[in-house]
Amino acid sequence: MTALPTSHGRGAPQAGTRGARNGSLAWLTVPALLFFVGFGVVPLIGVLALSFTTWDGIGDIRFSGFDSWRAVLTDPGLPHALWVTFLIMALSWLVQTPASILLGVFLAGAQRYRALLSVLYFIPLLLSSAAIAITYKALLDPNFGLGAGLKIGLLTQDWLGRPVLAVSVVVFVVSWQFIPFHSLIYQGGVRQIPRSMYEAAELDGAGRIRKFFSITLPQLKYTMITSSTLVVVGSLTFFDLIFVLTAGGPGDATRVLALDMYKRGFQANLMGPASAIALILVFVGLALSLLLRRLGGGKSDTSQLEGA
Amino acid sequence: MGTTLTTRPARTRAQQPRHERRVVARHWNWLGGVSGWLWLVIVVVPIYWIVITSFKTQSNYYATNPLVPPGEPTLASYRMVIESDFVQYFVNSLIVTIGAVVPAVTVSFMAAFAIVRGGSGRFLRSVNSLFLMGLAIPLQATVIPIYLIIIRLHLYDTLLAMILPSIAFAIPLSVLVLSNFIRDVPKELFESMRLDGATEWGTLWRLAFPLSRPAVVTVTIYNALTIWNNFLLPLILTQSPDKRTLPLALWSFQGQYSINVPAVLASVVLTTLPILTLYVVGRRQLLSGLMAGFGK
Repeated sequence: MTALPTSHGRGAPQAGTRGARNGSLAWLTVPALLFFVGFGVVPLIGVLALSFTTWDGIGDIRFSGFDSWRAVLTDPGLPHALWVTFLIMALSWLVQTPASILLGVFLAGAQRYRALLSVLYFIPLLLSSAAIAITYKALLDPNFGLGAGLKIGLLTQDWLGRPVLAVSVVVFVVSWQFIPFHSLIYQGGVRQIPRSMYEAAELDGAGRIRKFFSITLPQLKYTMITSSTLVVVGSLTFFDLIFVLTAGGPGDATRVLALDMYKRGFQANLMGPASAIALILVFVGLALSLLLRRLGGGKSDTSQLEGA
Repeated sequence: MGTTLTTRPARTRAQQPRHERRVVARHWNWLGGVSGWLWLVIVVVPIYWIVITSFKTQSNYYATNPLVPPGEPTLASYRMVIESDFVQYFVNSLIVTIGAVVPAVTVSFMAAFAIVRGGSGRFLRSVNSLFLMGLAIPLQATVIPIYLIIIRLHLYDTLLAMILPSIAFAIPLSVLVLSNFIRDVPKELFESMRLDGATEWGTLWRLAFPLSRPAVVTVTIYNALTIWNNFLLPLILTQSPDKRTLPLALWSFQGQYSINVPAVLASVVLTTLPILTLYVVGRRQLLSGLMAGFGK
């Protein structure tokens, strides 16, 4: 499979474009740099610095060495939060990827109604996570929700009150929100597969299932890596949805890393340990995206990973 | 509106290479078809439920079948939501969104133009790499220092506190999408502008900007959507009710009136309407932009 129409290095600037007088253009990047450094790069360095301090969010910031790290790394809450984060990440990948590929391949067909379908599919992506969480909280309420109203026993569970059910609900709601986006990505990927490959396969007498597994799926490899990276890294940052839907409960059943950070920092006023968790969040995200890039063939081609 | 919704995308499809049509449509893809319609039901039922329930009265809601539309639709819930300072939150959201999107897209466009036109310089190459790396920074991980910076700037509990970080986090993806688009502008056009004696600044606004309109629209809508829906920044950077933006207001409203399901859902509808309008207007550009952007 050498013909990979998907990989062209657009992320990096073309080397050697136009002459030397472009040095004068650098100032055009200054405003963007100021904003990005001031509120992106400096906070990232700041979170490292703050993880070696003690601060309650209001008073003075005191240097305290590795105290915060020691507190975080010995706290049984951390492995639990990591476990919940990975569980939700893995389950949402397992649900979203096959469903998005299936829908993406389907939507890539040219019939008119499919275009209408993709317009409707996209609506959940327009709602804020807070709005979605509020809706599902009302919808799943055991006393006032849809199940109770329809008097269907199976739907009238204490959905958010039992650990296993609460995790499943989070995975379902996340999938409900993001499958449309990923199927759109796959739809774009399928559109780029050259027709000639299918023609050749047809001449060889391949059926549609054979064609799907021998052409469509391998050709979608890079799309799959892009989409999986977004699923995996994105699921590290489910904060608002879980915060509004379950607030981490019942107990600590859905207390993911991002929520753990917020609760320690802004509710327990332990900004030092919270910063340490924030850094763990960054490291886990970087490690996972590098790992996925490796899986994608080990090429150091950033343009694939970064998507656009 | 119904007709434009259905026919517009079909027309774009028709202009695209026709090849997949035969491949995909020759045999009915029953597995895809079944899941396609099934997913439609999964997406539409909750949305349908939100809309019809928001027109019910509270007492009516408990008495009727939740999936049957109300016999006598009422706007009582909407009136109640609007009277609970909804207009204030709406205006706050509007100020934060416009106040962040316009500068973010403007500075990103300038940076993207410089990166494409002067991309061989070492400085501009490192700027580009910095923004690419920025794509990997999650907002969540930086909120504590952002909170500290905002306090030190004496901006806590202001709308500007939410605007500044929102601009910063919109820049990396915007620069990436815009520079990919500007790169496709034929070099000859830039060259002829230069021969006509135009400055780079003039070329930027008179040539590159108009030609990049599709990408600018995509980036604008995408950023507006993200910033309009942001929940974390208002949560940590404001405390007075009159500084709340809509997602945060929704949350506190739900905490207050959780028993009144129709009112809660009416607030969900009202919050989503503006973004839905934007979607209807810019849908084609947004969908094709995102598809082209990620579907490689």
